[in-house]
Amino acid sequence: MSTMMFSSARPSERAAEPAARFVDLLAAEWIKMRSLRSTYWVLALSAVVAIAINVNAVHSDLTYIDRPHPPLPGVPPFRYDPLLHGLGSIALDVLALAAAGCGAITVFGEYATGMIRTTLAATPDRRAVITAKVALVTAITLVLGVIVSVTSFFTTNAMLASRHVGLSLHDPGCLRAVAAYALVIPVCALIGLAFGAVLRHATASIVAVVGMLFILPMLFGGERYRLLKEIGNHLPLAAQARLALNPGGHTSLGAHPATITGSWIALAAWALVSVTVAVLVVRRRDV
Amino acid sequence: MIESTRLTKRYGDTVAVDNLTFTVEPGKVTGFLGPNGAGKSTTLRMILGLNTPTSGSVTVDGVPFSHRPRGLRHVGALLDAQDVHGGRSARAHLTALARGNRIPPARVDEVLQEVGLAKAARRRIGGFSLGMKQRLGIAGALLGDPPVLLFDEPLNGLDPEGVLWVRGLFRRLASEGRTVFVSSHMMAEMEHTADRLIVIGQGRLIADESLQGFSARHASLGVTVDTPDLAALEAVLTAEGASVRRKGDQRGRVTGLTAARIGELAHRHRIMLHELATHTSSLESAFMSLTADSVEYLAGEAR
Repeated sequence: MSTMMFSSARPSERAAEPAARFVDLLAAEWIKMRSLRSTYWVLALSAVVAIAINVNAVHSDLTYIDRPHPPLPGVPPFRYDPLLHGLGSIALDVLALAAAGCGAITVFGEYATGMIRTTLAATPDRRAVITAKVALVTAITLVLGVIVSVTSFFTTNAMLASRHVGLSLHDPGCLRAVAAYALVIPVCALIGLAFGAVLRHATASIVAVVGMLFILPMLFGGERYRLLKEIGNHLPLAAQARLALNPGGHTSLGAHPATITGSWIALAAWALVSVTVAVLVVRRRDV
Repeated sequence: MIESTRLTKRYGDTVAVDNLTFTVEPGKVTGFLGPNGAGKSTTLRMILGLNTPTSGSVTVDGVPFSHRPRGLRHVGALLDAQDVHGGRSARAHLTALARGNRIPPARVDEVLQEVGLAKAARRRIGGFSLGMKQRLGIAGALLGDPPVLLFDEPLNGLDPEGVLWVRGLFRRLASEGRTVFVSSHMMAEMEHTADRLIVIGQGRLIADESLQGFSARHASLGVTVDTPDLAALEAVLTAEGASVRRKGDQRGRVTGLTAARIGELAHRHRIMLHELATHTSSLESAFMSLTADSVEYLAGEAR
């Protein structure tokens, strides 16, 4: 019989393996993300909704700007804050939640389905795999954040220009506000990704990241204890709020206010710690 | 070539894989047998670097697999057909795997064709039957044209045509000089596929030998006879050099003669037979008894 006959082409004469490139893993992760319709629908939809919320908020405000309440004694006269309303916190929460969910699902989606074993058997370099995921999630959510932030800022301020209260990007604090409003989105996505990597379970990851982003700040809202207030100041959305604050506005920071630098550092630290945790757990654990 | 040296994996107090040393050679289909929970999957995962051994080591072509930046050109593996994301199409799934390993996209269509999924390429994997998922997993294993292939229970869910196809594929891959390592908990599956067997029970090595050697040593080929005159038949058969083990008033188990020869002898001596049956699953039962008391067996073998 022919059991001793070796096919000529393989495996000894196979072409040499091409060098491993990170860009191929990025492309692979891009294919994975693109081939799941739900992910980009959720991201696109939440961006549209976020912009719509901001535009609608300012549109509703036009009435109050045209017919302000009569001034009350002891209260400074009404002055409209285009940053507070045009880059609103509700729209940001919607987008932050979508980004965090997207970050979490790119990792727990693989663990929950078992796909991670197929992925890591194809690419044993785990650090490269998770780094590619981090890079892709960061890039996509950053683009998303920039689109929503820039569109919201320019649309709402164009609307407000007719009432002569609109701001331009050159006004004090505006560029910083737009930047922070955009940058906090990838930070939230990376926090979601880290939770997804640590918990590896859909429900647990989502509950954890919602608790972290939206519930935890409620526990650090008081001003009696400086430590608690400072922890609260440096949670991701609070740091963003500080950076997006209009320097010309009325909003009070209360006791123990956060600094601008401290808030930037806080955002960077959240991103960095999230990435470090994700890389560590993905590299070390059995799958 | 896969080389495992004193490979051990503990989960708390449970020892899943215990001091396993074996070599899987190229050019052969090697069956990896053991009952459920014997540690087969854990061993395969350690080969792929998915699980870290508690002690010992395992290499593929001399290198721990986890040291390879990209894996598909070195080892093709189908661990669990369900290890896929149901939301993707078969093509998207394979394209992502191929892209990460710099494998040209044309290869994706090639392997889809080869496993018979070309028509289902654009369908979501979530709607696939288990058999189709097995085919998809095999397609993924073939993507990188690798010299080493691992399959964990690949026949589960396949229809008879699929089983025949997979057996032929394994034989072909081995004849091309590749290392083919196939796990199963069914001896019957391996009987028709494997050249060599590695049998484990409770994480320990029980047997590591050729299929022929294994059947010669462990499988007592037997024929069951049922006759109203068992004593007479026993005398005739014993005279021919066979041995008969009684299993009741009328039934006996004959070893050393074929069913055809026993029938001839019974006919010549005018002994009526009610039943004459060859045991086809003798390897299976040898495997069962071997793994059932693997601990005692191991002590006797002093491996």
